[in-house]
Amino acid sequence: MEILNQIADLLEKGEDKSVHDLTEQALKNGVPATQILNQALIAGMDVIGEKFRAHEIFLPDVLLAARAMQAGMELLKPLLTLAEQSGLGKVVIGTVKGDLHDIGKNLVGIMLKGAGFEVIDLGKDVSPEKFVETAINEKAGIIGMSALLTTTMPVMNNVVELLKQKKLKDQIKVIVGGAPASEEFAAEIGADAYAFDAASAVERVKQL
Amino acid sequence: MQSLIKRIKAGQILVSDGAMGTALFEKGLNPGDCPETLNLTHGDLLREIARSYSEAGADIVQTNTFGGSAVKLSEYDLGAKTEEINSLAVTYVRESVKEGVLVSGSCGPSGKLLEPYGAGTPAELQDGFERQISALVSAGVDLICVETMIDINEAIIAVQAARKIAPSIPVIATMTFDPTPRGFFTIMGVSIADAVEALVKAGADVIGSNCGNGLDKMIEIAREFHKVTDTPIIIQSNAGQPENQNGRLVYKESADFFADRVQQLISAGVSIIGGCCGTTPDHIRAIRKVVDTIENE
Repeated sequence: MEILNQIADLLEKGEDKSVHDLTEQALKNGVPATQILNQALIAGMDVIGEKFRAHEIFLPDVLLAARAMQAGMELLKPLLTLAEQSGLGKVVIGTVKGDLHDIGKNLVGIMLKGAGFEVIDLGKDVSPEKFVETAINEKAGIIGMSALLTTTMPVMNNVVELLKQKKLKDQIKVIVGGAPASEEFAAEIGADAYAFDAASAVERVKQL
Repeated sequence: MQSLIKRIKAGQILVSDGAMGTALFEKGLNPGDCPETLNLTHGDLLREIARSYSEAGADIVQTNTFGGSAVKLSEYDLGAKTEEINSLAVTYVRESVKEGVLVSGSCGPSGKLLEPYGAGTPAELQDGFERQISALVSAGVDLICVETMIDINEAIIAVQAARKIAPSIPVIATMTFDPTPRGFFTIMGVSIADAVEALVKAGADVIGSNCGNGLDKMIEIAREFHKVTDTPIIIQSNAGQPENQNGRLVYKESADFFADRVQQLISAGVSIIGGCCGTTPDHIRAIRKVVDTIENE
């Protein structure tokens, strides 16, 4: 549908106001909200994610596209069922306790939202208990943790241990990222996945 | 003591210091803590680090004020202590280094992205840097080093803040670049040519790159700078990319590895050579030795 392609194009250019206006127009034309979400907003963010991964565009373009997506989502959200709102699923993310770096984690949140996940961002310095409690209360299927410092990495281990204790390890998947993390580290602590960067985080979360 | 710029113009190669952050973590800084709080509590530790770099032969030793802008310190509710934190940092270095060593006031990113990408306003960032730089200059730094920048607009704001507060103080400005298939760019999309043009225009006396890369990539970056500018170049390389070994971050490029490449940096037009994350006094000692050998030839 032409209007959906237009919205996706405008989103890629970061034109938040135009995305808002055209989303409104599409709804008036009777296009279902889920179709706008999937074929315009998420489709546009998919392209942004691919280009960012290929270094064709940089962080500013991603941030502006994400803002344009939010401008469209504001209109769609009231029209979507709760299940549709969480789209592909709910993900709880945060930077682990003792670690205050969060540029990477924020980027993961932006990319996940763009891919159609509902993201609950707990921010920086998040305790293992807080990660697990939030995932349970919000019925989230995935916990995503980031750390920049090696010394805070054991906290990731504690989250996995806590899930095991509560016998939730099979229901709630864990993905880790951040400079010091690695495939081996993820396997060692029993996490379900590791992502090298924000763009690959989306791919890995989709696979969980 | 000759000024930084005179020494560079006279053809001297200067050696700057190595890592501060990774050194502090080695010495037991808790990862969640703000490194600059140590200025209020652990002067002894900071004197020790400054002394170790001075004894290793650094001509320039930096203050522990990378996160010392008022905006960044406010993240830890320390905004009101901006003046005290920055001023103490200068004192520790000055007390600990040899006569003639230049004390460099480190100014890292504010931690806030500027509008429209984030919540920071130019006025807010400017005020944050001006407060930091005023304190550094009042305490007697010999130069200001705006470093690890990814956003050219923030870098311009910081360089201009230094120029405004102390018009005659030498200002170094460095950015952190990533290799991409189309050349080097910061994560915000700033190319080396764009960085050169904007930083020189803002008033930086020395420009270049720090962090983000190991030394071989930094040599490529230096060559790219040299192609487009006659402004003196500084390179402060990480000791490679951090690797995870049994839960510890390890930087693998050794002091010898650095020593082997000093000549390449000089040939690439670099005037100030130092280290960033993972480098130690051993790295600086190795660089010093090669620089001295070359200069005595």
